[in-house]
Amino acid sequence: MFCEKAVELIRELHRMSDGQLPAFNEDGLRQVLQEMEALYEQNQSDVNEAKTDGRSDLIPSIKLRHCCLLRNQRCITAYLYDRLLRIRALRWEYGSVLPANVRFQLSAEELQWFGRYKKSLSCFMRSLGGAEAGGEGLDITQDMKPPKSLYIQVRCLEDHGELEIDDGTVILLKKNSQHFLPRWKCEQLIRQGVLEHVVS
Amino acid sequence: KTMSDVLSDDGSINQDDSQEDVMTPAELIAKLEEAWLNEKFSPELLESKSEVVECVMEQLTHMESNLQRVKKGDAKASVHRMEIDRIRFVLSSYLRSRLQKIEKFFPHVLEKEKSRGEGDPSLLSPEEFAFAKEYYANTETYLKAVALKRMPPNLQTVDLLKAVPEPCLDSFVFLRVKERQENILVEPETDDQREYVVDLEEGSQHLIRYRTVAPLVSSGAVQLI
Repeated sequence: MFCEKAVELIRELHRMSDGQLPAFNEDGLRQVLQEMEALYEQNQSDVNEAKTDGRSDLIPSIKLRHCCLLRNQRCITAYLYDRLLRIRALRWEYGSVLPANVRFQLSAEELQWFGRYKKSLSCFMRSLGGAEAGGEGLDITQDMKPPKSLYIQVRCLEDHGELEIDDGTVILLKKNSQHFLPRWKCEQLIRQGVLEHVVS
Repeated sequence: KTMSDVLSDDGSINQDDSQEDVMTPAELIAKLEEAWLNEKFSPELLESKSEVVECVMEQLTHMESNLQRVKKGDAKASVHRMEIDRIRFVLSSYLRSRLQKIEKFFPHVLEKEKSRGEGDPSLLSPEEFAFAKEYYANTETYLKAVALKRMPPNLQTVDLLKAVPEPCLDSFVFLRVKERQENILVEPETDDQREYVVDLEEGSQHLIRYRTVAPLVSSGAVQLI
């Protein structure tokens, strides 16, 4: 049945409803594009025959193939676009450096898209507050939650080296060590899984 | 015209009644919070409030530098710090709401901004406009390179205005009335209903379809909650 492979691509993403990103299905994409090429060529020859030999009985199958072509186009663009939305979410979740296991799921072109998105976002954030202000803008990927307390207790889940806080002190983030740190300094590290907020 | 001209160090208003937009810091933050809630609860992107954003950022810089002058360990420091964090959170959240809608509805947002009249208020700040254009170009280039140009000749374009859904203006919103409104026409929802007219009393709260009150949100007559 036509368009089956295209629908399979959609189902693949639909199965991962929590926004996870499966590996890029290069094979699947190629198969759908091949099917489109075949359908188009069959239509080209049938259209010619219909015109020259007056074969109007070919018209229903021409129409069917055209519908399948449109459906394949729609499924492919939906697959690619939905993946872009998930990739966009990664910037907000992990920051501008993606963990290796996540980066592995992106195609080369998707990585390029991600790179351009990051740059565009960065440029936008730096420009906030007006150019004349001469400031550094505002990092809106921080402050994701309303501030409840100034300092929070955190546990280090993995070795992360040194962290410098605003008054100059340097904290050594060693696995399993616990610290009482400014909340705003920890947010991104908590999201990345380096620190864990300890709620007593 | 910036707020810093009119805000003095102790936060009092300048006695210049001929100037519009004279605001205390408290009024500025109230305006920010109103814009934040409206943007959060509105299904569509609202008018850009660049002036408020710029003034709040100036205010934050001002507060940060005041904080540097306070002795470390002074109890005032943590209260000030908390307030700075609070305001920064509201501002970030406001800008994030807007960015999310810009990305979600990008072809429509750009179309609306490009086709607005000379005197009409901007939907996007200049920075947001640049970001939206880059987002559009980035996405279109990607789709073309990876798939569209490998498709048959008559299928190599996608009309993004048709492919990307528009905001649903018929979603319901909660609101509080700030300025009394008379004779608001409410559309029927089912075939056997008829349209009817309501008056919105000041201070009253309602659950109503966004489309009906969209102009009242932008004029400030109602506040989304």
